[in-house]
Amino acid sequence: MRLKLPTPPLPDALKPAPKRPGEDNGKLSPKEAASEAGITVVDWIDERTSVSGAARWMMFRKVPKGTNWFYTLGTATMFAFLSQAVTGVILAMYYDPSATGAYESVRYITNEVFLGELVRGMHKWGSTMMVVLAFVHMARTFFFGAYKYPRELNWVVGVVLLVLTLLMGFTGYLLPFDQRSYWATIVGVNINGSSPLIGPYLSDFVRAGSDFGATTLARFYSIHMMIIPGALALLIGVHLYLVAKLGTTAPPWQSAEQDIELRKAEV
Amino acid sequence: MPDRREKTKSPYTADRHVPGSFEGETVSRRRFMVRSVHTLGGMATAAFALPALGFALGPVFERKKIRWEQVGFPADFPETTYVPRVITIAEGIGEAGKTTVYVRKHNKQLDPPMKDSYDQYVAVSTRCMHLGCPVAFVEAAQRFVCPCHGGVYDFTGKVAGGPPVRPLDRFYTRVRNGRVEIGPRYSVNSELKRFSPRDPAQDLDGIGPYAYPARFSTEKKPKGAKE
Repeated sequence: MRLKLPTPPLPDALKPAPKRPGEDNGKLSPKEAASEAGITVVDWIDERTSVSGAARWMMFRKVPKGTNWFYTLGTATMFAFLSQAVTGVILAMYYDPSATGAYESVRYITNEVFLGELVRGMHKWGSTMMVVLAFVHMARTFFFGAYKYPRELNWVVGVVLLVLTLLMGFTGYLLPFDQRSYWATIVGVNINGSSPLIGPYLSDFVRAGSDFGATTLARFYSIHMMIIPGALALLIGVHLYLVAKLGTTAPPWQSAEQDIELRKAEV
Repeated sequence: MPDRREKTKSPYTADRHVPGSFEGETVSRRRFMVRSVHTLGGMATAAFALPALGFALGPVFERKKIRWEQVGFPADFPETTYVPRVITIAEGIGEAGKTTVYVRKHNKQLDPPMKDSYDQYVAVSTRCMHLGCPVAFVEAAQRFVCPCHGGVYDFTGKVAGGPPVRPLDRFYTRVRNGRVEIGPRYSVNSELKRFSPRDPAQDLDGIGPYAYPARFSTEKKPKGAKE
């Protein structure tokens, strides 16, 4: 199956003249082959993976009448996550997750590395942005009633994503290892330890011991850098699949009246 | 279509009309294969998942060893005021592993009678029992004051105001070779009864000790220490 991409609207004068029957017998000239190279590569991959069907299913969906800018908040949150992922990976090239070296390495990133201040700033402020966007996206879903049947599971997945995002904020806060992050983490771990029965053991697990010790920072780093991002990426996939599978809702002010022509066509 | 499965199940696959069954066979080859492959898969998963889990959870069950740290001569510590001393509570992380401890001699007028030999000197932890910020002893007010959320403790470390849930933690002290030494931490409730060390924000009055049980990761109490 050949992919058919929509041709851009061109004036007739610019359109290539169609070949006469029998001319070249369908052989491509090098120029034509070069101009179709992209499509040839995509075709080659698609023939072996059938990925175009999935891509079309995901990207060319019908959206309800009244879809507006509020529907872009989820995508905005996802882009905030992508930005965090990319800047985080770059920051990891310079960061040293040891109690004695962390502060100095962050100082080095901020003051010495080329564009270090910008990348660290993007990661730091981007994290706040991601939390804000997630909450605004959640508010949109709530006020538009988009959590109702059959989308309850997607709401649940979204809440887990929100909790993971907040945990990212909590674990990332320790990493600069200055006075503020050290004491904020002590306070945060103690808040979590105040839950009855499991609290004390949960704190020991998070701190890797009865006190803030040599491996606490490394543990926070591994949670911040591997465990939660992995879970986030996986659940974002699930979240997106459910969005594509179930479709989006119309805004609540959109009336349910159906177009007369459409009604005829469906009968 | 008639129900191919009989009401009473025979142990033999042939009686149960399993296609391709042999005489006297009780488990079909397909079922045997499926079960053994699932078992092998489960074992392979457990082989990496269980050690990884144990690795991550290990510190919860690893008991900290008792350390005694010298902080000065007995004459350094008066009965009526505190002397600050810095001790190490976590090794290998530099300044972050150190903490200030306020030490004074046991005072008969203010303190309950000595429980044992570890009570000769009172070593008060600076960890606030609200959420763990560092408190400071304010000489003029004879109070411990926390900078974070306004926790205030009186001279003996009992809560005088603010959000803390119990008095300041203490450390066991002893005198060895003419020096005062500070040992493991312990927590106290509002009657200064000793408990194994709890984290801040964990109440130790009423049902507190049951709601916040002792952990496996803290030091054992020193020999002969009483509650």
